[in-house]
Amino acid sequence: MKDEAAPGTRPVLSSFCLHPSSFDSMPKASKELVVSNSLGLHARPAMQFVDLANQFSSAVMVYKGGEEPAEADGKSVMQMIILAATQGTPIRIEAEGDDAEEAVVKLAELFESKFGEE
Amino acid sequence: MEIRKGIGVSPGVVISTAVVLDAEALVIPRRSVDAAEVPAEIERFGKAAAATVVDLQKLRDEVTGKHGKQIGAIFDFHIGLMKDPTLVNRVLNEIRSQSVTAEYAVSTVMRHYAGMFQQMTDRYFSERIKDIHDIEKSLLRNLIGQKHADLGKLTQDVVVIAHDLLPSQTAALDKLHVRGFATDVGGRTSHTAIVARAMGIPAVVGLGNITGEVSGGDTVIIDGTRGMVIVNPDPDQIAEHREFERQQIRLETELASLRTLPAQTKDGHLVSVMANIEFPGEIDDALQRGAEGIGLYRTEFLYLAAAHEPTEDDHYAAYAEACKRLDGRPLVIRTLDLGADKYTQEKAASPERNPFLGDRSIRMCLHDIPMFKRQLRAIMRASVLGDVRIMFPMISTLMELRQARMVLKDVTEEMEDEGIPFRGDIPLGIMIEVPSAALMASNFAKEVNFFSIGTNDLIQYTLAVDRTNEKVAGLFCPAHPAVLSLVRDTIRAGSRNSIGVSVCGEMAGEPLYTLLLLGLGLTTFSMNGPDIPEVKKIIRSTTMEHARNVARKVMSFDSERQVMHYLREETRKIIPEAF
Repeated sequence: MKDEAAPGTRPVLSSFCLHPSSFDSMPKASKELVVSNSLGLHARPAMQFVDLANQFSSAVMVYKGGEEPAEADGKSVMQMIILAATQGTPIRIEAEGDDAEEAVVKLAELFESKFGEE
Repeated sequence: MEIRKGIGVSPGVVISTAVVLDAEALVIPRRSVDAAEVPAEIERFGKAAAATVVDLQKLRDEVTGKHGKQIGAIFDFHIGLMKDPTLVNRVLNEIRSQSVTAEYAVSTVMRHYAGMFQQMTDRYFSERIKDIHDIEKSLLRNLIGQKHADLGKLTQDVVVIAHDLLPSQTAALDKLHVRGFATDVGGRTSHTAIVARAMGIPAVVGLGNITGEVSGGDTVIIDGTRGMVIVNPDPDQIAEHREFERQQIRLETELASLRTLPAQTKDGHLVSVMANIEFPGEIDDALQRGAEGIGLYRTEFLYLAAAHEPTEDDHYAAYAEACKRLDGRPLVIRTLDLGADKYTQEKAASPERNPFLGDRSIRMCLHDIPMFKRQLRAIMRASVLGDVRIMFPMISTLMELRQARMVLKDVTEEMEDEGIPFRGDIPLGIMIEVPSAALMASNFAKEVNFFSIGTNDLIQYTLAVDRTNEKVAGLFCPAHPAVLSLVRDTIRAGSRNSIGVSVCGEMAGEPLYTLLLLGLGLTTFSMNGPDIPEVKKIIRSTTMEHARNVARKVMSFDSERQVMHYLREETRKIIPEAF
């Protein structure tokens, strides 16, 4: 389940492999976690995530593990919802850019708070 | 290229671009655009997306206020989707790479996402398909609202393809640019057919699923003469139909030369030929085609075209305009003939189980005296402006006629008190369209100044056939001997009491029945304007003696098949090109 990335956001995988310059210069951060709220990454949490991701200048990618691996631009609510990450799905958040570290910390906190649901 | 057979209900041929209306009367957009129009489509999408976001924000605030943040948040999600660059760019790419309209691109992209949600196994996620449909709908509404929806203001000639046309829709049509109709449902006397004939444009109905087969912007040939619709015709077919179109115009020009000549038989018997109208604006065209006056003014369109119930002044304005255009020629105003239709049924507190046998027409008026009085007062005020006559529809008992007359008397007494002028001896007539009225025609003839036979309803009530039900529409036939004997008896009762009898139903405008009606002694033929020249040509080409013989022979037949066969033979002798 793959959707084209929106312009302005960086296709993280290819920049990883093909562009040594960005590889060298851009700070990046990542964190792995598990979706823990009962409904999964549904409409409202997805929206909260995207709203928060948009506050950072870094590109944000979300990788879904498990049986149907997929990736999404963390700044696109359509891509996030199409991930269909249900409760228990392993997730990796990656950010690349000047505020990558902070972005990953804050976004992970949102997950850990179960999006204020429970 | 696709050829579809339907029922040709208004003759003529037209080749034009299709506008397709869906079941909710929204215009389904056309598909492709020229490369040069792509930037305009991109701009349209941008505007519609912005408008949709504004709509959604309003909705969110409203819902949040009423039901709390939790529910309101769902619209934040919708707004998020609308602003999502992934979605927006996908639509823009679609417009650019495929050269399609914004509407089409939106539908395609949304269908793509809907498909993805459909595949999801988790019910919560798969249900988001509804959100996708929601924003698609509001986007389309905003797009269509910008440009296409208004059939009242078209910039080029089109043909309208619809499931069915409602009176309120046809009332709002741009009469200049609509060149033809094709509909999924309907029969020979459906509303679409009547309006098409009044407008003099070709129409084919009962096509099944023409709305599914034509997309907006397709080239379509509507052949109302042969009951055929050709979708995306090849060049040969276009050439053939252009030639046919030219022939029709030649025939029309020839018939137009009859305009100023009287409707008189070769042996000097004179009858009147009048027109049926729905709007005063149709009068000029009717006179142009040779009408001597208006034999049926269907006033219900005052109700259908406006959002509110017409006031006395709305009525008066329409009647005064009609009088002015007619310049002293007769104007038969039929009082409100509503009920048993979508318009009133939707408004009714509880829908009737059998509306055609229910509270319709004069019955409805007698149940709502203030409304009835408003119309009668306006008619009486207009009565001093020309040769105005009043006609009550759907009369089935003498009591109804007397009640209606009492209401009219009330109205004139009030006007007298107020010193408003009116014509005291205004001619008063009734429609004969219920078998009971036809059977008692000699009683009615003593109380009114004229009869007008409404063949459409008379046939439906005599033969127990709903003419809009495709399954039984084939049983609907003016040539049925039972119908013909009611027509004959009504005309006879009129002539014995020296009152005029007209036919204002579809039958009057069908050349097939002209000889018969003439021979039965009909004094007035009232029909749609475009039918006048042909009917007049038949009248002027025969003698009263011959017409009487034809009528006598017809009345001896016992099946509609015989009647039609014989009448076709006889009529073909006069205008071979008609059949």
